[in-house]
Amino acid sequence: MSLENDRYSISPPDLEQRWMIEMYDVHKWFVDFHVLKHINLKVDRGERIVICGPSGSGKSTLIRCINRLEEHQRGRIVVDGTELTNDLKNVDAIRREVGIVFQQFNLFPHLTAVENLMLAPIWVLKMPKAEARDLAMKYLERVRIPEQADKYPGQLSGGQQQRVAIARSLCMSPKIMLFDEPTSALDPEMIKEVLDVMVGLADEGMTMLCVTHEMGFARTVADRMMFMDGGEIIEIAEPKTFFSSPKNERTQLFLSQVLEH
Amino acid sequence: MSQYNLIDNPNSSNRPPVINVGIIGWLRHNLFSSWTNTVLTVVAAGIIYSLFPPLFQWAILDADWSGVSRESCTGKGACWVFIKTWFWHLIFGLYPVDERWRVVLAFGILIVASIPLFIPWFKYKALVGVFLLIGFPVLAYFLFVGDILGMPLVETPLWGGLFLTLVIAGCGIVLSLPLGILLALARRSSMPVLRGLSVAFIELWRGVPLITVLFMASVMFPLFLPEGVNFDKLLRALIAVTLFSAAYMAEVVRGGLQAIPRGQYEAAQSVGLSYWRMMTFVILPQALKHVIPGIVNSFIALFKDTTLVAIIGLFDFLGMLQVARSDPDWLGFAPEGYVFGGLVFWIFCFGMSRYSQYLEKEFRTESQ
Ligand SMILES: Nc1ncnc2c1ncn2[C@@H]1O[C@H](COP(=O)(O)OP(=O)(O)OP(=O)(O)O)[C@@H](O)[C@H]1O
Ligand SMILES: [Mg+2]
Repeated sequence: MSLENDRYSISPPDLEQRWMIEMYDVHKWFVDFHVLKHINLKVDRGERIVICGPSGSGKSTLIRCINRLEEHQRGRIVVDGTELTNDLKNVDAIRREVGIVFQQFNLFPHLTAVENLMLAPIWVLKMPKAEARDLAMKYLERVRIPEQADKYPGQLSGGQQQRVAIARSLCMSPKIMLFDEPTSALDPEMIKEVLDVMVGLADEGMTMLCVTHEMGFARTVADRMMFMDGGEIIEIAEPKTFFSSPKNERTQLFLSQVLEH
Repeated sequence: MSQYNLIDNPNSSNRPPVINVGIIGWLRHNLFSSWTNTVLTVVAAGIIYSLFPPLFQWAILDADWSGVSRESCTGKGACWVFIKTWFWHLIFGLYPVDERWRVVLAFGILIVASIPLFIPWFKYKALVGVFLLIGFPVLAYFLFVGDILGMPLVETPLWGGLFLTLVIAGCGIVLSLPLGILLALARRSSMPVLRGLSVAFIELWRGVPLITVLFMASVMFPLFLPEGVNFDKLLRALIAVTLFSAAYMAEVVRGGLQAIPRGQYEAAQSVGLSYWRMMTFVILPQALKHVIPGIVNSFIALFKDTTLVAIIGLFDFLGMLQVARSDPDWLGFAPEGYVFGGLVFWIFCFGMSRYSQYLEKEFRTESQ
């Protein structure tokens, strides 16, 4: 398909800004360990991509490169038309558009839930305090825990903390949400409440890149599945084909291991 | 566990067993809970008994309290007349008697302005804090120095006693914390030059005794200044004490920064906070909270170290005590002087220590 070719071809960023995220031959090394190799990826607006792969394959590193928590050393990354360079202005601009949710939540433990949400709107968007509070409450309602607003993270369950973390990102109205194994630190009974929130986001058309091994979730929301191994993108396909007839051996092996459980 | 008798008393099982409450319960629980504890209690009681009564006898019962000269002292106990006679000099040094109200006024304002900080429901703590950190020092400077609004000039060589100690310690404390924070941040910076400078600065100051620093500041430093340029001696001592203490503070703060997980930085960056906002609102509040005991420890050390300024001819509280005890009229009363001096220092340092515990408790309840 021509569309498919287009996705993988190394071409300059297109002017109509069709793509939300473009990565052209991206490489990254940790000292002399080659973590990311030949990463070429284009993500459409509103597209949901679920990334899976064995531990250490570079999934986290890949998505963390998109908001400059890690720096790539070769190739180009363009987010919503802005290229990630050493220019701090670009980095700031991109970080405003990209939200990220971590495996370990990373809430600010010295602030209450609602204060966690208000911090960035007040200091980055220069929003008046009252307005920021309203906004924060709106998003806490959205993740269905408005009643926990004045509790500290240490007083919340894992699932509640992760939902606060998602709400904290949403407060900055990001165009892209990155998720790095958002449910793997959670007890089984809390996984669903977090996934429900994520499905809700997907339904609203958020562009999402999600590293997860929740294959049920992947089947429901993913537009494309991506399998990584050894720092490379091994296979990208629509969920149907990806799960039923994966082309690559390593994908097959991985899927057989994951789906067994 | 047999003393708890829980099973024998089913009726009172939802209340603590009688034997565990009240004075006897407390004694049993805290002083005689085991053999080692009992031995320690007995030994400690013995030491207290052999030391305290003689001290009490000397300092209170046999002491002489009234009079105006050494003739009023019998010599059996402490001669507090000595302290009484010198008291105001110990407090103000050589600050002119008619101008002392300015010092009293400044410290009065300080105390009154600090009270709201301890009232939980008081809303404008930040405003008061700004006044205390910026407005008050300016106000105090003009009050102390004078030469404005008809107040005569009081030059710094006349400052002395507890007043001078508090000025040096206060400036040192207020300035060394922010400076120490900046140094600690620089030391963890990703910029090699900044990091190198910070490491060099910290190691330099930590490696030299404060006495040397003070001595250099007062004797050597002027040699490098051009002829006729005069640099206030107190100011030099202040700078020396502040930089010295900042180097220690930097290491304490760095310890706190190291305890903050990387995820906190990443979360702050990813919501778009700039470096300084991230530090101010996310990283430092947590890091400083971890090291309150260390910070207060440095403050206490600084407070006591101010006594070293006597070396360079400033008459701080202890310096003034030395002047007093070498007064020909009052020779031989060094013990009274040092006991009194020790007590005054202890009151201040103990106060700081309690305040630190109060802060720790405050922060703990806040985030749990
Ligand atoms: N800061 C770092 N310094 C050096 N090596 C690193 C660093 N971060 C990650 N690595 C290495 O890079 C490789 C890829 O790490 P990454 O976290 O991206 O893997 P992952 O696919 O997310 O794995 P997991 O499923 O365990 O989270 C791993 O081998 C890891 O040890
Ligand atoms: Mg990972």
